[in-house]
Amino acid sequence: MYRYDEFDETLVRERVEQFRGQVRRRVSGDLTEDQFKPLRLMNGLYLQLHAYMLRVAIPYGTLSSRQLRQLGTIARRYDKDYAHFTTRQNIQYNWPRLEEVPDLLSDLADVEMHGIQTSGNCIRNVTADQYAGVAADEIDDPRIYAEIIRQWSTLHPEFSFLPRKFKIAVTGTPHDRAAVRVHDIGLHIRRNEAGEAGFEVIVGGGQGRTPIIGKTIRDFLPKRHLLSYLEAILRVYNQLGRRDNLFKARIKILVNAVGPDVFARMVEEEWAHIKDSPLALPADEIARIKAYFAPPLYEALSADQPAFVAKHLEDPAFARWVKTNVAAHKQPGYAIANISLKPEGGIPGDATAEQMEGLADLAERFSFSEIRVTHEQNLVLPYVRQIDLYALWQGLGELDLDSPNLGLISDMIACPGLDYCNLANARSIPVAQAISRRFADLKRQHDIGELKLKISGCINACGHHHVGHIGILGVDKRGEEFYQITLGGSADENAALGDIVGPSFSYDEVVDAVETIVDAYLDLREDEAEAFLQTYARVGLQPFKEKLYATH
Amino acid sequence: MSLKVITANLLREGDVVYLAADGTWSLWLDDAEMVDGADGAARLEAAGEKAVTGLLVIGPYLMDVTEEAGRPKPIGTREKIRAKGPTTHLNFGKQAMHGASGAGGIG
Repeated sequence: MYRYDEFDETLVRERVEQFRGQVRRRVSGDLTEDQFKPLRLMNGLYLQLHAYMLRVAIPYGTLSSRQLRQLGTIARRYDKDYAHFTTRQNIQYNWPRLEEVPDLLSDLADVEMHGIQTSGNCIRNVTADQYAGVAADEIDDPRIYAEIIRQWSTLHPEFSFLPRKFKIAVTGTPHDRAAVRVHDIGLHIRRNEAGEAGFEVIVGGGQGRTPIIGKTIRDFLPKRHLLSYLEAILRVYNQLGRRDNLFKARIKILVNAVGPDVFARMVEEEWAHIKDSPLALPADEIARIKAYFAPPLYEALSADQPAFVAKHLEDPAFARWVKTNVAAHKQPGYAIANISLKPEGGIPGDATAEQMEGLADLAERFSFSEIRVTHEQNLVLPYVRQIDLYALWQGLGELDLDSPNLGLISDMIACPGLDYCNLANARSIPVAQAISRRFADLKRQHDIGELKLKISGCINACGHHHVGHIGILGVDKRGEEFYQITLGGSADENAALGDIVGPSFSYDEVVDAVETIVDAYLDLREDEAEAFLQTYARVGLQPFKEKLYATH
Repeated sequence: MSLKVITANLLREGDVVYLAADGTWSLWLDDAEMVDGADGAARLEAAGEKAVTGLLVIGPYLMDVTEEAGRPKPIGTREKIRAKGPTTHLNFGKQAMHGASGAGGIG
């Protein structure tokens, strides 16, 4: 894992003390709320419905066990014994008191963490594939480049006051788990014809009010040019992005307005000036960062360890968990263990202090002390020996973290919604909980197969509803909650935006509507091998619409 | 003109509060002073601004209410949730406190 150098350490410590002074001046009246608000947001501190909320950055979703344990300790010390993992691979505390936040930030700094650039119109925490470094088909490790981008973008003076927030995601495998096509910039690591690894550069994707799939403006960018090319994109956006209209300020609006070809040309023109500047990444600098992400000391093991295979046969519940939650590892004899934060009727992404501390212990025993956070609000232990999976699964069971539902309908994304969020129009979490209970029967979930359901409580789309196979968007109709449903969205390498099925459903109707859609799919599919998205691509919206509105 | 109360968040804790007739800020909507008419609304707004400069609250705003048995009741899901706490964590927020009125769900 990356470890802070003296610059990182000094910067974060100084920032804590700076914020301590700012809070002191706020409560003594030397700063008004108008003056203080941008300062607190620069440290990730929001005011939500019931309390302040602190968003903590988890760079590219990678945590050490020490960090996760400290996140649990902080939940006990400053919050109500829990925290919430977000779709930006971050974590949020919902109940800190203003005057305690500097101490909280100091406790975070003790484990090399902070809330810098988790808010505001700057380059936000860079996200990456949660299987980085362990996926069998990986071309190159996205964490290396996410870390390089983190260092470049941290407090970058030119890009601290962009027209709007700016989100970058990196993935290193053909199958995209990082939703790079719905980011301001998506970097998809590819090989060119010469076999060298570089980046496909995708720009102007995003969700929110105006959802757009990003456009590829460069098929292949050599690694050494990563930062100069990003700087060129940001520079064009910073100059031409709309600052006059909040709803038109994201880069996607600019790319769409001028057209991707023209935008690409502007970037190339800017890039020509800085291509060979000190921003060029020498191979030894890439190698220096890469060394932080060196693989752990794997044992030489054969694939499909007999003891592991035997446990499979002995214990069907274990076998079921392995089937859904365990992914293939590039190292023989090892496995990637996904930990679902979606227990039946639970709150997607919530983890208690006890769970965080317990999982930190399990990571130390079974996964070289490392944990990943996924944008789908789950956790991953990336380096588990197959022969340890059974003991791990039992340990997870004791923490109520053994839900065998990864990728199934109950493995939903849901934003905090109107239960917490100041921007929300409708609740998301209770809808997710009700759907989870409705589809509690695991056999039924397995029969339905892979189905990604995503719920947002407002058009800002933190719950990624536009790219859900089934998307649910909460809207406000005269003070009452209604839900608009979309079908056919996808966040992976075949990214697509969902189509609106028709008029929205009330809070009391929406779970039934989801069940109607699922039942319609089960009727319509050609066979069990045809996944929801495939059926949808074949039959389109109409058959679902007919079922949904038949009685209306 | 509809019935209104003024609400804000406490500067230090972030808690939702309402201005009561005795000039204090209460955690409970039941305690809020209701006004009907522009003069009353202007008076509440002035009191809200005074509490901002007095470092008690942030973001005060007038909110519409209905009256039931002489007490203000929130209109719309957002204000119902602000008045009680998250519907997903009934053990958190005001609904969890001793003496909370009407705890449990947003009804």
